Amino acid sequence: MTREKLLEVKNLQKHFAVGKKNTIKAVDGVSFDIFKGETFGLVGESGCGKSTTGRTIIRLYDATGGEVKFNGEDVHGRKNKSELLKFNRKMQMIFQDPSSSLNPRMTVLDIIAEGLDVHKLVKNEAERKQKVEELLESVGLNKEHATRFPHEFSGGQRQRIGIARALAVDPEFIIADEPISALDVSIQAQVVNLLKKLQKERGLTYLFIAHDLSMVKYISDRIGVMYMGNLVELAESDELYNNPIHPYTKSLLSAIPLPDPRYERARKRIAYDPTVHGTDGDFELREVVPGHFVRCTAKEFERYQNEQK
Amino acid sequence: MSKLLEVKDLKVSFNTYNGEVHAVRGVTFDLNKGETLAIVGESGSGKSVTSNAIMRLLPEPHGFIKEGQILLEGVDLAKKTSKEMQKIRGKDISMVFQDPMSSLNPTMKIGYQIMEGLMKHQNMSKTEARKTALELLTLVGIPRPDVRINQYPHQFSGGMRQRVVVAIALACNPKILIADEPTTALDVTIQAQILELMKSIQQKTDSAIIFITHDLGVVANVADRVAVMYAGKIVEIGTVDDIFYNPKHPYTWGLIGSMPTLDSSDEELFAIPGSPPNMLTPPVGDAFAPRNHFALEIDTVMEPPMFKVSDTHYAATWLLHPDAPKIEPPAAVKHRMQGFAQTGTKGGGKR
Repeated sequence: MTREKLLEVKNLQKHFAVGKKNTIKAVDGVSFDIFKGETFGLVGESGCGKSTTGRTIIRLYDATGGEVKFNGEDVHGRKNKSELLKFNRKMQMIFQDPSSSLNPRMTVLDIIAEGLDVHKLVKNEAERKQKVEELLESVGLNKEHATRFPHEFSGGQRQRIGIARALAVDPEFIIADEPISALDVSIQAQVVNLLKKLQKERGLTYLFIAHDLSMVKYISDRIGVMYMGNLVELAESDELYNNPIHPYTKSLLSAIPLPDPRYERARKRIAYDPTVHGTDGDFELREVVPGHFVRCTAKEFERYQNEQK
Repeated sequence: MSKLLEVKDLKVSFNTYNGEVHAVRGVTFDLNKGETLAIVGESGSGKSVTSNAIMRLLPEPHGFIKEGQILLEGVDLAKKTSKEMQKIRGKDISMVFQDPMSSLNPTMKIGYQIMEGLMKHQNMSKTEARKTALELLTLVGIPRPDVRINQYPHQFSGGMRQRVVVAIALACNPKILIADEPTTALDVTIQAQILELMKSIQQKTDSAIIFITHDLGVVANVADRVAVMYAGKIVEIGTVDDIFYNPKHPYTWGLIGSMPTLDSSDEELFAIPGSPPNMLTPPVGDAFAPRNHFALEIDTVMEPPMFKVSDTHYAATWLLHPDAPKIEPPAAVKHRMQGFAQTGTKGGGKR
């Protein structure tokens, strides 16, 4: 497989200071690559650092350590204004809560056109309006919606506005931080279908952060599982679901209820006991099966490999 | 099985500045002893309003029960005064809310919050109540209850807090436990623990549970029977197998079709187009018709009655009328009706 790497994350760390003495290691050495045109899913419980990872990648937070390379360029390096502007245009974000991520005092037209204005992508008012109307149509809204305010829309429609705003500057890479968790089931499906459609049309690359594993499985090509600030397992999504290796992934998968009563009656949950790994050891992300990485010690690595045979 | 609770043609409305919002428009169901009834539907479908009406927790006077009866062992709760309801809440019916952060009092030790109901409803002395509270904390699986009983809610994690809420709800051995999205705010692993806890407690105490959720996976896990609500009405009701393996209402098809399966096919999700109707002006005819791929002409004129599918299974759609054209559910839904898990293991998976 010689696919082009769009994003390289190497040993990324983000620590938050809590008081004078303590620090919280929200992200503690995460490494992964995202290839051009794929959807990379990041899952884990709340507090595992998945959102912090996404926000650090797009430079909403400054990284404590490690590096992020986008198209071979360092994201966190010192940049002058025009470089930063260029970078911001290529990477955009969709947020979880569609009601708090849209300015209530701006019309939809201004919200979506803000990026166009900042990057000076349109020459005059007419062109600006036309561009916004095109964007609205591509996310399944009408052009009449442009003059309205966010509170006049339902949750699903607001999320569509958030998506249109992200698309306005023609990005290559979109970070979607729990874009569907706040929506109803039937609306979730609409938004996921829309994201898939846009990816096909525009050749976008997604980092999809969520805790709903069955949706992540559906949308992602590869999935990374995070636990306590670390990436514990990374594999193609089918491989991860059919052949989970790390005990935490096994426990996480066994906890998802599926809409199938017969299966549910038979389902047994596996509890995760972090002490099985021992306290000391050279924990590292190792490739157990080609393309399937697991965080383990050298000893565990041997055992996992034997189990795979 | 004896009928514990009968809800008959319940209608709930809210008076707002814009006019009357018809949140619940004629809901009828009953609940048997020891069973779990799940109510599913989108937000705004009236599922929470129904449960709040049963508990008489509507913000009166602008939210009110317009019509209908709520019979708890033959006694109509809709006619009780608020004083009388205080004796029923927590004793006969109790409730677990969605958000464990906001349903506990942050200034009271959790021990006292559990004991409160015991002392009020069962006239226990303080020492007796404390003993029972300790037993309850053990029952809901909180380690070191003797220490935890003297702690405040902020010292507990989200999952532990929800266990405390369950302990409070169970304190007086209620006949009915209403759980309004009890696990929505929790992580999947914690969710699984709380669901297991509720099931094991139900087996011990034989209480009935009304479980309100929009997560079909959770429904398949806990429910004996399922009621699907849309726009203030029950559109389909049946046993959990009826609903998942033989759904009849197009809205239920939509709900099932919008869940992804575990085999990775690139098919689109069967999304329900549009959004739910505004309940200020409920639509004429079938409320679901504007979003329904299979709407018939009659759907825009007349509301469908409940058609009987089997003794346990009813659905309100004109498609079940003998004169209606025979319409098969869409392929994506049919595929899911075979069972999600089977399709998941087809690839030789271990799940």
